[in-house]
Amino acid sequence: MKVRIKFSKHGVLKYIGHLDVMRYFQRAFRRANIDIKYSAGFSPHQIMSFAAPLGVGLESEGEYMDVELLSFPSSHDLIWALNEQMAEGIEIHNAVLLPDGTGNAMASVTAAGYYIDFRDGFLPPKGWEEAIRDFMAQEEILYLKKTEKTEREINLKEYIFDFRLSSHAEKDCLYLMVDASSSGNIKPAMVMEKMYEFLGGYAFDSFNLLITREDTYLNRGTKEAPDFAPLDQIGITVEEESDQTNES
Amino acid sequence: MQDLFLSDEILMQISKPERYIGHEINSVVKRPESVDIRMAMCFPDVYEIGMSHLGIQILYDMFNSYEDVWCERVYSPWPDLDAVMRREHIPLFSLESQEPVKYLDFLAITLQYEMCYTNILQILDLAEIPLRAVDRSDNDPIIVGGGPCSYNPEPIAEFFDFFYIGEGETSYREILDLYKEHKANGGSRIDFLKKVATVPGMYVPQFYDVTYHEDGTIKAYTPNVPEAPAMVPKCIVKNFDEVTYPTKPVVPYIRATQDRVVLEIQRGCIRGCRFCQAGQLYRPVREKNVETLKKYAKEMLENTGYEEITLSSLSSSDYSDLPELVNYLIDICNEKHVNISLPSLRIDSFSLDVMSKVQDIKKSSLTFAPEAGSQRMRNVINKGLTKEDILRGAKMAFEGGWTRVKLYFMLGLPTETEEDMLAIGELANEIAGLFFDTIPKEQRREKIQIVVSTSFFVPKPFTPFQWAPMITEQECIDRAHVTLSGIHSQLNQKRIKYNWHEPDVSVLEGIFARGDRRVAKTILKAYEKGAIFDAWTEYFDRSKWEEAIRETGLDIAFYTSRKRADDEIFPWDHLNCGVSKEFLLREWHRAQEETVSPNCRQSCNGCGAMQYQCGVCVEPHTGEAVHDGSKME
Ligand code: SF4
Ligand code: SF4
Repeated sequence: MKVRIKFSKHGVLKYIGHLDVMRYFQRAFRRANIDIKYSAGFSPHQIMSFAAPLGVGLESEGEYMDVELLSFPSSHDLIWALNEQMAEGIEIHNAVLLPDGTGNAMASVTAAGYYIDFRDGFLPPKGWEEAIRDFMAQEEILYLKKTEKTEREINLKEYIFDFRLSSHAEKDCLYLMVDASSSGNIKPAMVMEKMYEFLGGYAFDSFNLLITREDTYLNRGTKEAPDFAPLDQIGITVEEESDQTNES
Repeated sequence: MQDLFLSDEILMQISKPERYIGHEINSVVKRPESVDIRMAMCFPDVYEIGMSHLGIQILYDMFNSYEDVWCERVYSPWPDLDAVMRREHIPLFSLESQEPVKYLDFLAITLQYEMCYTNILQILDLAEIPLRAVDRSDNDPIIVGGGPCSYNPEPIAEFFDFFYIGEGETSYREILDLYKEHKANGGSRIDFLKKVATVPGMYVPQFYDVTYHEDGTIKAYTPNVPEAPAMVPKCIVKNFDEVTYPTKPVVPYIRATQDRVVLEIQRGCIRGCRFCQAGQLYRPVREKNVETLKKYAKEMLENTGYEEITLSSLSSSDYSDLPELVNYLIDICNEKHVNISLPSLRIDSFSLDVMSKVQDIKKSSLTFAPEAGSQRMRNVINKGLTKEDILRGAKMAFEGGWTRVKLYFMLGLPTETEEDMLAIGELANEIAGLFFDTIPKEQRREKIQIVVSTSFFVPKPFTPFQWAPMITEQECIDRAHVTLSGIHSQLNQKRIKYNWHEPDVSVLEGIFARGDRRVAKTILKAYEKGAIFDAWTEYFDRSKWEEAIRETGLDIAFYTSRKRADDEIFPWDHLNCGVSKEFLLREWHRAQEETVSPNCRQSCNGCGAMQYQCGVCVEPHTGEAVHDGSKME
């Protein structure tokens, strides 16, 4: 059975890269004695897949991974057992049973939300609200997307689902929701780079952004009329069986 | 990030910030107010190397099991961070508390290889601790050295307050208690070091005066305080089965070089290969009970979540209960989906069977370390492996489906002739030929591949070859070329690949290994010129060392290629590693007579380790040749 797990990543653990996070979880699953499925062969590995890899230096409140379990006593038990094994900074928030036939975590991702703050107190010439409104009022926001081999111009505007003033951890910041699907794969720094350019007079350095991923979303609606929901909204919370609960 | 010592700005600009953030699973954090002594264990190399070292894990766990002690870890900052720390005057910090090292009571540095010596200076320098022991004040941490290089610590002696000679599990408690008493009573750093000098195994270099003969050799080592003994004995664990072991080792986030459960099955080695320092330093061989090891294996897998386990010892095939242990591990590892990474084993039907169970034959290779090409040379070095052993093992392996063979040799061994070098190619050729003879053409799924690697022999203290002249850099290059052309002249040369290292690092190793106190100024000079991470090819800067050697007037030949007289006093002769100088000299003479000596299980050679009354010395000796079939006189 496939179980989707939601976790957050904060504090010193933001310096741990994606591959190391995967290994960290594999070891945590072993320590917690979770009944996870292994691949066959000489170096058996756990059947585990992550939704959207998080870059080094980013924090997150909504990370997801799917695991294939051989038994799943209850959501609460799994969350508890894993949290016992977590290092300070990573916390498990949810574990839901996925309906049969659900695509893997990575394929389900359509969007991701981000809180964006600035290392050097970057301020736009007018106000934030105006700045964002003017930025988004552009007909198109052309961005040259480069990969190792190809270069392609895209209209970023089509990939931005939400952009506004917000607050996070008792501080004002920006909130940005972009297309995070494997075909879109928009990083907040791309949008910010264009915004700096639009406002003019600022040298852009992605190093100055302090980014926290707010959540990762799937789309329950259609492309034209999207209905975004966090990735764990399609799963089922499994309750403990009553005969296992102790007297209270 | 208030709980980290480095700012977010710095961490985001350097490579692998994970090296500096601590917070790993099973790392130990204590409240500073709750302990009397704070210390750090240091491995003077990058985190991934240092975290792979079993010795530090053992001592870290032992120290933290003491309620009154908090032991942390510290490793060498990589050159990118090193530059930032120097530029911004950021002091070196320890990983757990993320606080400066200079406020600790002790900094214990493990000395695993000579090429880390400039990194020791880097550590002290970044920590803002005076480099030389005599310049330190009562507020500076006590700098302790330990590990294999502390058996001849003279080239770095002036940078340490004391060296702990021997196995760390035995005597630290006594030193910590002396320290607590010292702190309570007050007194100077020197007063404390005098007390330390009275503990067996503790060597305080500044309490010894050295005099030299006119030819530069040593005349005498004389203690200059009554507390310092004329001869420092090593510390050794007698009950090896019951000694402390870290069943909850720290698990790194970043991939370390050794990133798995490590079971130390035995310490020491029964074989007395005459070039090998470890084989002498850790005598006598002591084993852990197989039941103890089974228990550790299970607990450690549970406590770490590691996906792999391996065995550690100098010569795992000699462990008495190896089949029982390995079969147990195969069972629990199957059940827990854990890989077994086998140590190098003598190739026989048992090891081939085990290898075929735990690894993919197509991807794995057979390893032989004959160390020398000819039987004559192998007799000189007392390597009990014969050509017949190798060919028998290789034949069995070819029949089992293996097609890749790795062969390790040394060049520059004492008495080596061109014939011995050419024998390397001949042996490789013979193995390739054996493959074609053993496996009929239609059954050859893959081509045979033989990789020959040679390293240059560096004479080490406390070995029978401590008297041996080391070959010069030019001779190293020449011998590698002879070996190469020897390989090229073979019939099957297309199937043989040859690797060798540049000899410049070997020359430095040779200087440090048998160096005396006069070498320190060269190391300091090279460091001042910017030499660090000398063990890393990409950072080793030959020109800095050449300049340092020239400017300090160091005579390379005196330390390396000079022939030493039988009665020369060596810089390490006032330390006692358990084997006697008479025994080593006897073995040096037998080497020249090309005579092999039996291993400890066959019969006792009277090396001197009997004084400890433990391990193989007190086992009944069989007097017969054991399983390896090596030829005895
Ligand atoms: S077998 Fe020889 S080389 Fe290996 S550890 Fe023992 S003495 Fe040293
Ligand atoms: S005293 Fe004898 S048995 Fe003991 S280590 Fe030495 S040679 Fe081996």
